[in-house]
Amino acid sequence: MSIDGELVVFIICGGFTVVGALGMVLSRKAVHSALFIAMVMINLAILYVANSAPFLGMVQIIVYTGAVMMLFLFVLMVVGVDSSDSLIETIRGQRLFGILFGVALAVLLAGGIGTALTDKGDVGLDAANQEFGGNVEGIANLIFSDFLFAFQATAALLITAGLGAVILTHREAWKPKATQKELSVGRFMVGAGHPGNKPNPGVYARHNAVNTPAILPDGSLSLESVPEPVRSRDDSLIIDHRVVSTVVELVEGEDQN
Amino acid sequence: MSGSQFGFFGTDPWWMVILKAVVIFGMLVVITLFTIWWERRVVSRMQNRIGPNRVGPAGLLQSLMDGFKLAFKEEIIPKSAHVAVYWIAPVISATAAFLAFAVIPFGPIVSIFGVETPLQLTDFPVSVLYVLGIASIGVYGLVLAGWSSGSTYPLLGGLRSTAQVISYEIAMGLSFVAVFLFAGSMSTSEIIAQQEPIWFAVILLPSFLIYVTSMVGETNRAPFDLPEAEGELVGGFHTEYSSLKFAMFFLAEYINMVTVSALATTLFLGGWLAPWPLSLWDSANTGWWPVLWWLLKVQLFIFMFIWLRATLPRLRYDQFMKFGWKVLIPASLGWIFIVAIARVFRNDFSFTNQQLLLTGAAAIAVLLIGSWLLQIRSDRKQQSLEDEREVETNAPFDPMAGGHPVPPMPGQIFPYSPRRVLAKQSVAGGVSPSDKDTNAIEEIPNA
Repeated sequence: MSIDGELVVFIICGGFTVVGALGMVLSRKAVHSALFIAMVMINLAILYVANSAPFLGMVQIIVYTGAVMMLFLFVLMVVGVDSSDSLIETIRGQRLFGILFGVALAVLLAGGIGTALTDKGDVGLDAANQEFGGNVEGIANLIFSDFLFAFQATAALLITAGLGAVILTHREAWKPKATQKELSVGRFMVGAGHPGNKPNPGVYARHNAVNTPAILPDGSLSLESVPEPVRSRDDSLIIDHRVVSTVVELVEGEDQN
Repeated sequence: MSGSQFGFFGTDPWWMVILKAVVIFGMLVVITLFTIWWERRVVSRMQNRIGPNRVGPAGLLQSLMDGFKLAFKEEIIPKSAHVAVYWIAPVISATAAFLAFAVIPFGPIVSIFGVETPLQLTDFPVSVLYVLGIASIGVYGLVLAGWSSGSTYPLLGGLRSTAQVISYEIAMGLSFVAVFLFAGSMSTSEIIAQQEPIWFAVILLPSFLIYVTSMVGETNRAPFDLPEAEGELVGGFHTEYSSLKFAMFFLAEYINMVTVSALATTLFLGGWLAPWPLSLWDSANTGWWPVLWWLLKVQLFIFMFIWLRATLPRLRYDQFMKFGWKVLIPASLGWIFIVAIARVFRNDFSFTNQQLLLTGAAAIAVLLIGSWLLQIRSDRKQQSLEDEREVETNAPFDPMAGGHPVPPMPGQIFPYSPRRVLAKQSVAGGVSPSDKDTNAIEEIPNA
């Protein structure tokens, strides 16, 4: 990869990264902040790829942008769709300490980068990648030889944290939850009542309100067709006596025939 | 970038890169139009209908016309939408869908205008991870669409799609691991080259099945289309979208379908390599023929998508998540474990196939006996625990157990309290409407 190409990528993605970082700090909505961080992460990943670390770049996108940031967004959306952070300081002297630690971090970073730049012992990225036959192979060799213990310890820590979260949010159920099968068997048990949908309220020329009971084929009223809260106030039922009497007459006439 | 197999990538002249990118873009749009028509026709046939057959030969231009109509429709943006995010969500979705295709190989090295070049835009040592990464960026489109619409159903759809895609991406990523172990690489062109004698779908069948299941979940297609379940969420994340923005989600869904199908073809069905009877023909894997084999394999998966949609009812959400976390992921992990152990025995202890099978059979026998013994033990424990609980719940209710006022356990009855009856009576007396409008109700029927 030529230096020029990398420089162009650096200028574009570096610019976006700075814009994203500033946007994250300055935006008032938590969701917008989260989006700006996602933008920073994606641009950093492109920079990693441009600097001959494709594996790191892709893992950055999959793990941080795809999983961690997504979970953040998830929580933000569940907690409050429109909540914006208040700008009142809750910890005394937070801003002062924030600025102090920020400056300290900047000094540390400048020192580290300065040392790396003046140190002439570098062999170049291509040579580093080719040492074990490729970028992925190189990382695998480092993780599974020199840094095996650190890698395993981090993995154990993460798994412990995950299990801890599961245990803390776990609530023991007193009874096993009824499955769909058990529920449907229960609906057909003796004494369980009607297993299917109850009949709709009656629809007549004059009334179609929810408190109008339907008429069954034998001419009687189906009280089940009226919802329980309405039915319990039985004096509020609307019964079209003419319809009922006509139906009953018809049925009786058929019986005589 | 590095390694000999990538010699051809990164050496294309600039016009070749642009040409390939434009051709891939055009091909994806055309495949989308075709797939929509194909889906409607196939579903129609499966439902004893004919399907679109009016516009163009056999109705082929129907989706083109629908696309025009959709693009020129009125655009409605809800007042409660967060406008910037609302705008960018479909863009993210569609862009990510197109980007993933950059590393999919369509064919071997061919000559275009006198330049020898592989039929693939680019490749690098972690191409498959790149596809996964782009897929996870694509989810942002759905989630942000759901959130920015400022409406309840889209938000629920967005949340569902987050949970769903994250869960199924894990199973998807795990199903790749066995392929990486066998191919010794994560670059798509190298993985195809490693499938020359036999496809990975054959030797890594469990991985293949897990991938095919999780790819349906990953693309939000039926029977796993819970983020846009019509019966529950109206349209899910895209409920509030209309016109061109809705068209972009539509486009993204179909391109994603093609992408996961192409990835399945690349990783498990030998990519552009000719299938068995055709591979006996010497020139089946050279020139432009492989593009045809590739297209046929991808269409096979797309037909499967359509068939699933026409056949299966939608899953219930909790069952779907349980299936992902409690079946697919553990099964994947177990399978990777077996593959890795077998590889170690073959490579480091130079076992033959027969020795491997015998060792495997012995290991399975030991595991079965062990799990049987463990099961007996845990059954016994469970039984004693249940007995203990029974004793606990059958004991008479002690309202001051442990010195504090406590509610009754399940199965225990709260003792009679005269105050409860009094309370009930006072509530009933206060609310009853019995005296108020009896007459009015009586009059209506005879009016």
